[in-house]
Amino acid sequence: MKILVTVTEVAEADDEFEIDGLSIDERYLTYDLNEWDNYAVEEAVQIGEEHDDVEVVTATVGPERAEETIRQALAKGADRAVRVWDDQLADATMIDAATKARLLAAVAEEEDPDLVLAGVQSNDVAFGATGVALAAELGFEWAAVVNQLDLDRDAGVANVHRELEGGVEELTEVELPAVLTIQTGINEPRYASLRGIRQAQSKPLDVHAPADLGVELGESTLSLTSLEEPETESNVTLFEGSAEETASELAEFLKEQGVGA
Amino acid sequence: MSDVLAVTEHRRGELRDVSHELITAGRQLADATGGDLHLAVISGNVEEYAEKLDRRGVTEIHTVDYGEEFNHDVYVQAIEALYDAIGPQYVIAPNTVNGLDYAPAVAQRLDLPLVTDAVDVRVDDGLSVTREFYAGKTEGDVDVAGEGALVTIRPGEWPGAEGVGDAVVDAFDIEVDEGAVRSTVTGYQEVGAGDVDISEADVLVSVGRGIEEEENIALIEELADAMGATVSSSRPIVDNGWLPQDRQVGQSGKKVTPDVYIAIGISGAVQHVAGMKGSDTIIAINNDPSAPIFDIADYGIVDDLFDVVPALTEEFGG
Ligand SMILES: Cc1cc2nc3c(=O)[nH]c(=O)nc-3n(C[C@H](O)[C@H](O)[C@H](O)COP(=O)(O)OP(=O)(O)OC[C@H]3O[C@@H](n4cnc5c(N)ncnc54)[C@H](O)[C@@H]3O)c2cc1C
Ligand SMILES: Nc1ncnc2c1ncn2[C@@H]1O[C@H](COP(=O)(O)O)[C@@H](O)[C@H]1O
Repeated sequence: MKILVTVTEVAEADDEFEIDGLSIDERYLTYDLNEWDNYAVEEAVQIGEEHDDVEVVTATVGPERAEETIRQALAKGADRAVRVWDDQLADATMIDAATKARLLAAVAEEEDPDLVLAGVQSNDVAFGATGVALAAELGFEWAAVVNQLDLDRDAGVANVHRELEGGVEELTEVELPAVLTIQTGINEPRYASLRGIRQAQSKPLDVHAPADLGVELGESTLSLTSLEEPETESNVTLFEGSAEETASELAEFLKEQGVGA
Repeated sequence: MSDVLAVTEHRRGELRDVSHELITAGRQLADATGGDLHLAVISGNVEEYAEKLDRRGVTEIHTVDYGEEFNHDVYVQAIEALYDAIGPQYVIAPNTVNGLDYAPAVAQRLDLPLVTDAVDVRVDDGLSVTREFYAGKTEGDVDVAGEGALVTIRPGEWPGAEGVGDAVVDAFDIEVDEGAVRSTVTGYQEVGAGDVDISEADVLVSVGRGIEEEENIALIEELADAMGATVSSSRPIVDNGWLPQDRQVGQSGKKVTPDVYIAIGISGAVQHVAGMKGSDTIIAINNDPSAPIFDIADYGIVDDLFDVVPALTEEFGG
């Protein structure tokens, strides 16, 4: 059995940052494994630990820098990785979910997985769309926002809980092959062991251009045309001073409201 | 081709609020294109829903009477069929858990550009959608090339449509291809209730990932004790198992409306804010001045919680 996990690196902005054109200035960005993908990798690795015939492969659309993130996934137990990138992708102001889905589908077609796990959303662009778009592209069944997963391999189904709003979960039976988008909290992601980190360095990480996979990218249908800090409608009153001073001012205010009385 | 099709949402016998917000957003788009606003009502008690959705500005309501509850395979087929029949320029759907379970598949099948989680939409030369980037720290405009698009709209951003309308209701027949329905909803489950109901509390001291470690939760409990308040949290605290699930505030947790909500080390992600923005007074303690929580807070302290929280506990005699 093969499980493909889509893994993306996300950019996080520092507390203080500057916008440079259509992006946050590189100096104020740090990159990390997307939180949701961390749970997806863990889920796949745990399935691999339960059965001895499971191969876990990660797929990433991203620049060379993303290999650091990919190695994190390998260190946590994924077996191999595939990365897709080229100059045209690098030049885009924004890579829409459909394009990512086409590229990831091309990888999936080569790998022929039984199950694909994606994250619910990537924390920086937060389209929340790539997993389901990928399923449609592949003609796989799918389920979005899964916070519990039981595979019934004999029956060829995944029994999942989909986390809806307001503390309600939907229980759904999904035919395999399927793409599931994984929600945080579904498991307890491990920290990579030193041994895992060492082993990750020698695990295969193949790099392809879209053309190698037979994908010809057209003009992007989406383009980012502006980026700014939102003008807040905020009328927050900030307490200023040392921690003792601000705590005392806040306490005074709260006591006026009847708190702690 | 200037019409707008909005796909409404219901769950377990109830229309969801976002359906009325979709009418407002849909009307805004239809006014810009000079077209009509069509609603799709798929599965469940469609006639009752159609009646409730007949608000000012709606031209036509298409009901698809098939199945009881949401099933994405049915939704995908129904929306495709409606799209072919109506030929709208734009399709809009809610940016909800279920919306995101069908919209990307519909966009893929209809070859429509997809923009999710819109907070504003504009039509000038073409469609331009405003949405957030970098975890709510920035906002940008996304221009969509070409004629049509599918846009999911963020719940709570548009007011719900009001007024009684005079929409035509069209019972829309589709042949559902059962073979293509490859997932089955077998039931629902509610998150178990614990010993404390945070939605009943007058004062909530809410802790987020800024607390860093499980041991540090004690700092928050001491503060809450000293103030006579109840402890709640953002999602990562519950995901980590540091507090039970019934303490989670937000989209997938509880909706709370206390007199005072103190957010400590919580960034203010949209899914968190969805659960607490109705609080009377919101206070944020966060060392990141650009954290979105300050956009909705009434009072704030930009500082390290590990300095402020113990000092505050002391002020309350803790
Ligand atoms: C479908 C879906 C449903 C979701 N449902 C929910 C939900 O119900 N509830 C919910 O909360 N989230 C929910 N989320 C998750 C949400 O998107 C965010 O990931 C989450 O709210 C972030 O929690 P946080 O603010 O505690 O953590 P972070 O976003 O990591 O923020 C931590 C904050 O702490 C601050 N901080 C760090 N150190 C300190 C310090 N020493 N002193 C002061 N401040 C400090 C940081 O500046 C930062 O602002 C959902 C997501 C999805 C996709
Ligand atoms: N560039 C990418 N490469 C690989 N997987 C991705 C990429 N972007 C998104 N994904 C996957 O799709 C999920 C949802 O991302 P998004 O639709 O961008 O919010 C992520 O959690 C990843 O699993």
